[in-house]
Amino acid sequence: MKPKHQRMLLAGLALVAVLGAAGLALSGLKDEAAFFYAPADARAAPPEPGRAVRLGGMVASGSIQRARDGVTIHFIVTDGKDSVPVSFTGVAPDLFKEDSGVVAEGHFNADGSFTATNLLAKHDERYMPPEVAGAMHKSETLEP
Amino acid sequence: MLGNGQAVALHIAAIRKWILVAKLGRAARNVLHALANPTRFLKLARPLTPLFFWVGTALALFGAWAGLTQTPPDYLQGESVRILYIHVPAAWLGMGGWSGVAVASLVYLIWRHPLASIAARAVAPAGALFAILCLITGSIWGRPTWGTWWEWDGRLTSMLLLFFVYLAYIALARADADRGGDGRVPALFGVAGTVLLPIIRYSVVWWNTLHQGQSIGLTSSKIDASMLWPLWFTLFGFTFFFAGIALMRMRTLLAQAKVEARMKRMAQS
Repeated sequence: MKPKHQRMLLAGLALVAVLGAAGLALSGLKDEAAFFYAPADARAAPPEPGRAVRLGGMVASGSIQRARDGVTIHFIVTDGKDSVPVSFTGVAPDLFKEDSGVVAEGHFNADGSFTATNLLAKHDERYMPPEVAGAMHKSETLEP
Repeated sequence: MLGNGQAVALHIAAIRKWILVAKLGRAARNVLHALANPTRFLKLARPLTPLFFWVGTALALFGAWAGLTQTPPDYLQGESVRILYIHVPAAWLGMGGWSGVAVASLVYLIWRHPLASIAARAVAPAGALFAILCLITGSIWGRPTWGTWWEWDGRLTSMLLLFFVYLAYIALARADADRGGDGRVPALFGVAGTVLLPIIRYSVVWWNTLHQGQSIGLTSSKIDASMLWPLWFTLFGFTFFFAGIALMRMRTLLAQAKVEARMKRMAQS
């Protein structure tokens, strides 16, 4: 074997070893690295009430209700399989609306509802002008 | 069963094919070797540097102008969507730059050609620049759309890591060069850092993240055609600009090496 081929083999083996190590580390991270709980995740493995977590999903259509104090809103976050009622007091981002993605920061309550202290809007990977959106937006569902 | 004549003919055809493959391989190697010669490389790089630089600048400026004035606003985000004409090319070159570092490092490790080591060192600062540009434009974009400057989600965190890996590589390569090393250690680091690229690419698939999924695939795009076209101008413009910077830095590093060698000779005599 020429030294060049030896180096090629060594470099290849090192690359495979590094990729394998990274793969193992990532599969260990799989659940820990998630940015938020989807409602179905929260149902399957409920985080303890009061712990600071994030809840993400779609704002169910027609579910936003403004409380009488004017700054508190109630809405339902759904992922198509499960849903969680959320209440939030404060200023919601501009893109927060029904049938759109949301990530709520806060904690679960003992009754399974969620109290948010901050809202983040999540949009999907599609970009289009308003005319096009008017024609097709209604007919599709967004995945969180 | 094949007749004797047929079998011989098949053998000859197979041998011819292998000869052709070997010839093609040798031709490819000759082209690589020709480019790997520093003198010949410099002869080619001298006119290409300003060409890449100016073509890239012109394309990027046109794309930026078109993206600011010639496209419709987004149905959801309004005007703030226009930052994608800078953000996407910056992300592409931040990651593409590291691919360059990795390929050059691998070539250096196997063939030990000094020009490959110089190429890796030349590309790294440009890649780091675009990686931080991607993070900054993403942060500016995130404030009005998501409602936050920064979140520790999979995509954002892995991209920030890539920026740190660039900084580490630059420091390591410089320290190695200052100590008169042969560049093998930074080259190993350059190859190992590649694991971040698939992590960044698939972070939005593996984990749920605040960052949305991939908009542009090989065959389809989820950006409406009326909004997409200026992106190609900024994408190619930034890429040419990047290549211009990389060539410029390679020439600088080669000139520095020449000066150092001459000083060493003068000191000895």
